[in-house]
Amino acid sequence: MATLNVNGKLHQVDVEPDTPLLYVLRDNLGLHGPKFGCGLAQCGSCNVLIDGKAVRSCTYAVGKVGPGKIVTLEGLGTPQKPHPVQQAFIEEQAAQCGYCINGMVIQTTAFLAARQSNPSEREIRQALQNNLCRCGTHQRIIAAVKRAAALMGKGA
Amino acid sequence: MATIETTRREFLIGTGALVVSFGLAPGALAQTPGATKPLALDQVDSFLAVGKDGAVTMYTGKVDIGTGIRIALPQMVAEELDVTLARVKLIEGDTALTPDQGPTWGSLSVQIAGVQLRQAAATARQALIQMAAQRFGSPSADLAVKDGVIFVRAEPSRRVSYAELIGDQSFNLKLDPAAPLKRPNEHTVVGQSVPRPDVVTKVTGAHTYMHDFRVPGMLHARVIRPPAIGATLSSVDESSVKNVKGAKVVRQGSFLAVVAESEWAAVKAAKQLKATWSSWDGLPEMSKLWEHVRATKVAKDDVAVNQGDPKAAIASATKTLKATYDFAIHTHGSMGPACAVADVKDGRAEIWSPSQAPHWLRREVAATLQMDSKDVHIQYLDGAGCYGRNGHEDATCDAALIAKLIGKPVRVQWMREDEHGWDPKGPPTLVEISAGLDAQGNIVGWDSELWVPKADITEWPRTLAATHAGIPQKEAINPGNIHRNLEPPYQFANQRAVAHRLDSTPFRPSWIRTPGRMQNTYANEVFIDECAAAAGADPVEYRLRYLTDPRGIAVLRAAANLAKWETRPSPRRDQSAPIARGRGFAYVKYENARTYCAGVAEVEVNRQTGAIRCTRFFVSHDCGQIINPDGVRAQIEGNVIQTVSRTLKEELTWNRSRVTSVDWASYPILRFPEVPEVIMELISRPNDPPWGVGEPSAVLPAPAISNAVFDAIGVRLRSVPFTPTKVVAATRATGARA
Repeated sequence: MATLNVNGKLHQVDVEPDTPLLYVLRDNLGLHGPKFGCGLAQCGSCNVLIDGKAVRSCTYAVGKVGPGKIVTLEGLGTPQKPHPVQQAFIEEQAAQCGYCINGMVIQTTAFLAARQSNPSEREIRQALQNNLCRCGTHQRIIAAVKRAAALMGKGA
Repeated sequence: MATIETTRREFLIGTGALVVSFGLAPGALAQTPGATKPLALDQVDSFLAVGKDGAVTMYTGKVDIGTGIRIALPQMVAEELDVTLARVKLIEGDTALTPDQGPTWGSLSVQIAGVQLRQAAATARQALIQMAAQRFGSPSADLAVKDGVIFVRAEPSRRVSYAELIGDQSFNLKLDPAAPLKRPNEHTVVGQSVPRPDVVTKVTGAHTYMHDFRVPGMLHARVIRPPAIGATLSSVDESSVKNVKGAKVVRQGSFLAVVAESEWAAVKAAKQLKATWSSWDGLPEMSKLWEHVRATKVAKDDVAVNQGDPKAAIASATKTLKATYDFAIHTHGSMGPACAVADVKDGRAEIWSPSQAPHWLRREVAATLQMDSKDVHIQYLDGAGCYGRNGHEDATCDAALIAKLIGKPVRVQWMREDEHGWDPKGPPTLVEISAGLDAQGNIVGWDSELWVPKADITEWPRTLAATHAGIPQKEAINPGNIHRNLEPPYQFANQRAVAHRLDSTPFRPSWIRTPGRMQNTYANEVFIDECAAAAGADPVEYRLRYLTDPRGIAVLRAAANLAKWETRPSPRRDQSAPIARGRGFAYVKYENARTYCAGVAEVEVNRQTGAIRCTRFFVSHDCGQIINPDGVRAQIEGNVIQTVSRTLKEELTWNRSRVTSVDWASYPILRFPEVPEVIMELISRPNDPPWGVGEPSAVLPAPAISNAVFDAIGVRLRSVPFTPTKVVAATRATGARA
């Protein structure tokens, strides 16, 4: 039995401690944001925030989470009230199939939260280099990160 | 727990809300128990229904695999029916409700399905106006329509809504090919960049993907594939998974799976299960792939073009050129693995699948289950991006077979190594071209040969489930229409293009985005660049010598202008720095019949390491009428970036038994720091038919990059992918010849 703090609520889950966090979030808690992409921490589709840091939940054993505060895509915002990063992705129409977008939004949120100033395009590309997209939405994702930084009032 | 009892997926286009609702079709069908919805392609009711509430439900057999047709098709219908988009609901890919408009492939959704839907809407609008004319005793010409309300122009208080005229009733009308379409200058919805309804839900986690879908009582399954492609199962040690809670082994022949209540238990059991397989090493040696292709038995030759006497013209030419181009085997590499849910009971199969081809899949599942296809119902749900026939159909047949064997609903999700290792592959492609030039450098003869597998184009590829379970199936191979665009898009007096259709190919083939057109255009467009260089001519000017089609010429000039193309022959000879820069051109008229596009690649080549970076890519694009400009742009960006990845990086690897590129480390794709900036110009022709967008511009990167590298360092790359190793080797070979 593990207790998890997910999107501001405590959940008791009856799972083996070696279960990757991703399966618990999706199968036990019914969340859809984090996705199974590779199960190898290579693509980023399964990203969640733990205490503000982007973590690959597909290889992160649930037993390791402890009191860490988990935030998933659903915890950031909703269709009616999206988070500024989500808002920026919507405004840029930065999704094709959208399967990788969970990872992109989570990685961007962690990246921007840790910065005071507007990132350069080069810095954005570096920040997302371990998140893979197959549809070729990269250009819009980069534009969305820039827009998110502006929406969040990051200084120049 | 997100359990959806059932499944029909509707998009309320105006709000971006996803409604998953229960029941059959709205309209007349709801009134008539036991009635089935019309699906024939010549019936308005197959495509459209108007509810009493004024909602318009539209039905398409095409599915939105990430391309944006979920907004483009409703735009076409809303425009022609004169209703706001907010009224339009779209139902996609449900074999009981949507007409079979063919698989979602070939860049044909707007061009074929959209045009059918548009004509259905025009027919419906015409009929509704006639009904109103009768009611008002006024001529049709005196009536106008605004958002589904017909009124007398001179007396707008005399009005009647579509819902009042036909709400919840059938049209009982044949599609009228002559029903008048609105004039493009009246369009208010078509031609607008309306946002996609699914981006909001995808970005917030509110979207239901296939992978999120559950049914009550469902078990999770994982399939255990053989360690060698042709291996058969000798024995299974079921006790090896005894310690995994609830895990059960399912087997038929060499088809082996485990099921469990929890997904993680199924994953663990699949990893842990001990099985003994026969050995098999029937694959050709990877380093001898092209010798293998050349030695494969030719089933038949298809002649794409044969005019004049190219052999004689080449033999008597002042200068002759010959080059061979190869293009590696590619995997689809969808970000999410294939996934499906199946429930097989009481002689019926209920299937949920992200397949690009629900109607085809219905027949495949029926064959796998040895049932009649009328007893199989497929409903589409979004998967991860699909760029052709990837693992979805196989995973669906896996789920169907397991569900039948255990008598419970089953969800199958592949692991990453299943997707990379077992999806059907884009086959190896080899093209050889010869040409003769006269004293002025003009092409007097062009002769090309292509080696690709044969295609049973109306059959689906063998499924893994049927193959491993020993279920009879047709031994068809179908890599798609990969002969297209072998014939160059230029006018040469003497030309021949022949496709040698091979009897077999090492890996089960299918189609991956722009199949064949990409490989053939790559060869044609690099070769014409080689001819231009041999003639000492500018590559754009040289192409224009052989182009008579005004739309082609316009596209070609537009790309050159956009990229500020400098007129001069390639290669540049003015740089000596370690990083050399170059630009390269490519042009295509898709399938020599539709969408025109041209591209310019700008590259940086590291002479020492051989690394290529494509920094910018310019595209000009004429697809006729544009339904949604932003959607067109998104598709072009995707075409270019994905194909830059395929061109520079991607190559299936294998040993004699199996695929060895089974993850993103062994099958790398382009990453953010490597992605080019894509700059484009759309040529809008609102009075022309709307053509496809999802494939054509994907032909441009491979040849444009090869040509740009030649421009930069004077070295020809004729083997995709253009890896640093190959660049270094080609540089050495060029240096040795010089």
